[in-house]
Amino acid sequence: MNTTIMLFLVQDGITNGAIYALLGLALVLVFAVTRVILIPQGEFVTYGALTYASLAAGQMPGTAKLALALGIGAFAFDLFVARKALHGRLVVRSFITNIVLPSIVLALTIYFAAQKPPVAVCIALSLVIVAMIGLYLYRIAFQPLAHTSVLVLLIASVGVHLALQGLGLLFFGAEGQRGPAVLSGAFTAGSLRFTGQSLTVYGITIAFIVGLWLFFGLTLYGKALRATAVNRLGARLAGIRTTLSGQIAFLLASVIGALSGIMIVPITTLYYDSGFLIGLKGFVAAIIGGLVSYPLTAVAALVVGIVEAFSSFYASNYKEVIVFMLLIPVLLLRSLAAPAVEEEKD
Amino acid sequence: MQSRLPILVFALVMAAIPFVPGMPPFWIVLLDNIGLAALVAMGLVLLTGVGGLTSFGQAAFVGFGAYTTAVLSTAYGLSPWLTLPLSLVVSGSLAVLLGLITVRLSGHYLPLGTLAWGLGLFYLFSKLEFLGRNDGISAIPPLSIGTFRMLSPGSIYYAIWVAVILSALLTMNLLDSRTGRAIRALRRGHVAAEAFGVHTPRAKLLVFIHAAVLAGLSGWLYAHLQRAVNPTPFGAQAGIEYLFIAVVGGAGYVWGGVLGAAIVVVLKEVLQSYLPLILPGSGQVETIVFGIMLVALLQLAPGGLWPWLMSFLPERTSGKKPDTSLKLEQRTRAPAEAGVLLQVEKARKQFGGVVAVNNVSFEVQAKEIVALIGPNGAGKSTTFNLITGVLSATSGSISVLGNKVDKAPPQEIVKLGISRTFQHVKLVPDMTVLENVAIGAHLRGHSGPIASMLRLDRADEAKLLAEAARQIERVGLADQMHQLAGSLSLGQQRIVEIARALCVDPMLLLLDEPAAGLRHMEKQRLAALLRELRDGGMSVLLVEHDMGFVMNLADRIVVLDFGTKIAEGTPATIKTNPEVIKAYLGVAA
Repeated sequence: MNTTIMLFLVQDGITNGAIYALLGLALVLVFAVTRVILIPQGEFVTYGALTYASLAAGQMPGTAKLALALGIGAFAFDLFVARKALHGRLVVRSFITNIVLPSIVLALTIYFAAQKPPVAVCIALSLVIVAMIGLYLYRIAFQPLAHTSVLVLLIASVGVHLALQGLGLLFFGAEGQRGPAVLSGAFTAGSLRFTGQSLTVYGITIAFIVGLWLFFGLTLYGKALRATAVNRLGARLAGIRTTLSGQIAFLLASVIGALSGIMIVPITTLYYDSGFLIGLKGFVAAIIGGLVSYPLTAVAALVVGIVEAFSSFYASNYKEVIVFMLLIPVLLLRSLAAPAVEEEKD
Repeated sequence: MQSRLPILVFALVMAAIPFVPGMPPFWIVLLDNIGLAALVAMGLVLLTGVGGLTSFGQAAFVGFGAYTTAVLSTAYGLSPWLTLPLSLVVSGSLAVLLGLITVRLSGHYLPLGTLAWGLGLFYLFSKLEFLGRNDGISAIPPLSIGTFRMLSPGSIYYAIWVAVILSALLTMNLLDSRTGRAIRALRRGHVAAEAFGVHTPRAKLLVFIHAAVLAGLSGWLYAHLQRAVNPTPFGAQAGIEYLFIAVVGGAGYVWGGVLGAAIVVVLKEVLQSYLPLILPGSGQVETIVFGIMLVALLQLAPGGLWPWLMSFLPERTSGKKPDTSLKLEQRTRAPAEAGVLLQVEKARKQFGGVVAVNNVSFEVQAKEIVALIGPNGAGKSTTFNLITGVLSATSGSISVLGNKVDKAPPQEIVKLGISRTFQHVKLVPDMTVLENVAIGAHLRGHSGPIASMLRLDRADEAKLLAEAARQIERVGLADQMHQLAGSLSLGQQRIVEIARALCVDPMLLLLDEPAAGLRHMEKQRLAALLRELRDGGMSVLLVEHDMGFVMNLADRIVVLDFGTKIAEGTPATIKTNPEVIKAYLGVAA
């Protein structure tokens, strides 16, 4: 192996790793706030990417309709829960966030899809659509289960993943798609070529890592979100609106997912079911980070990306095997350092 | 002990089904698939529903079973009957390997770990040359007995359902035994089980192996039903589906696994054949419906359908009372259980910067009731945890009968004859009082899991239950013996914990707030019981807040405040000790 190939592999690994880092961060974020292990994170990626690619190609993405359908569902859930104490303000607020908003976005999407919109509009629309899907999903699927155990939430999360993946096939078909580059242009440094696209990836990842770290470590609101995860009842008694925390976490996670998708779809062809594997690699990173530490997750994601790049060069057949088995030594270390007393509650 | 009659009826019905005239052959295929899925789900019931260990990786074990027989029976020409034990051994030993790594993980790490190695193994199946890569292995010989070759779905049907019913029986036998109680206690946390000598990592590994072997059996049958294997049915999706089956049926119930398999297999079939008619032109609509139904089910009926169905049946009459004339042999005793039983010397426990127990020293003599009192947060329960090995002391030493036990785990402490109750009741709510109390006698029984499955443990089991029943009578809860522990009042649950601790046949009983939640009469009865135990040769160390109770009962009192011992003496001297009064009431005005 010569240095050029090695540098090239490292660069490739870092670009992928940066994406895994973003996803890993979103997983840590959602878990830390809601205790949901977000398997559908991968679907946020594909939905973001394919919505973006469809819009750029002048096609109408089905996700905009899904957002409205889920919004209607969320509205119904809101009404049902508040049926004994319905008052005007609550209904109006729920109606605006759950029905009016997705309707406007749907109308905009239909309008723009017909005329091959500029990249910025495509990005904005895709992000908003996926963000709404994330938000309503939390309302419909997870909020009613918020008091249950991590395991129940995990199984529900798997159910959501299955449904979203099936819908993905329905919306985008079995064909893979690619989108236009977010930032074109490139420059060379030594033997390495840096594209505007990969620089965007690095920039956004670093911004998110620092941002989340600061938000959760320093701000009062970030601490409130963390408190919700540790003890919902306690957080509620302290005046934290726990449902709002969950919604914010899902909103952030879906935006991060969609953004990751938009950033990689110009580099690689994505299929409706690609997200699952991408998301799981984010998971490997998140688990290495213990589902709590943002910086550790980011570092682990880079390791995952680099291991993947090298194994696809040397043993491309066993790429996935190697990446997922990477987890075993990590789990082994964690189990050796298992906490002495930890009681589970049902 | 459950009645075997319904199972017999079920077996007969299943045996008769292929003979029903006009039975469409396709239904038999469905029943075959249900049986195969039920085997895996049954393992998951034990693993997830009963043991509390969620696994998304069971499909990989099905794969091990299927590929083992596929390779051995095609490439090496072994008879399928020879490959059966090999398939089970391969699944089982890989379960040991993966289990050693993963079962120690707590909470959510375990399911994530299983998801990861499930995926890794799926890719391994599809990449390995000798497993035929993505194409898999075909032309697997059918099962045959003599010249009878099980070529059709109808002929292998019996092999599948014999396997299902036998596995269900063995699994139920296992659950209804000494080992089974240990497994059922796992889900509620390990501290209580370990306090009575259960080696929880070993118990977890055991259920993990059991589930993997059942999955391997399913894989072996699958390979000879399809007579070809490829990686697809052993991927992550399948692993998720098995878990879904267990949840639908009711993850805590062996027959829930069978019911869940029936519902899911039939539903999948219906969805696959009718959904395209409603929503044409799309490939995966059934997964959408599947996913939505999974979430809906968790929201509406998180317990699954089996318990819901069972609630329509008339309530089963309570079990029969164990024969209390059977005697369980006593715990092996140290040569001299007299003099100083327990000596705590300068025990210290720090949690970060907090000193919970600060160089506390005291001792407990034989035939003595010692009370440990102090305001909330004084370090009383932490002291208990140090003595019983739940926590290890930062410094200082704890000796039992002169031997240091500082680093001993809870399982070793209980062997020395020290048993305890908990401040926050740790019973298994969906087990009866009798079963809960019998966990206390865990170390006094000897039957292992295999003996339990084969019902060779009955003599041992009868003695254990007899001892449990005796202790329940002793604490005055004979009428509640067959009720579920969770249905008792909190006060009664504390008394159940005392009965469980007595089952150890202890020399020293540690009681953490035994009188909390008891009525006046009940407290008096408890005090009388403890005096009787002391007079019978047992020592008691108790933490209690009810001063009237303590002052009338204890021979000696140790007072802690902010982790430090501030006084020790007889009730009379403690009552007038100014330090103690200050700790409880603040500085006297």
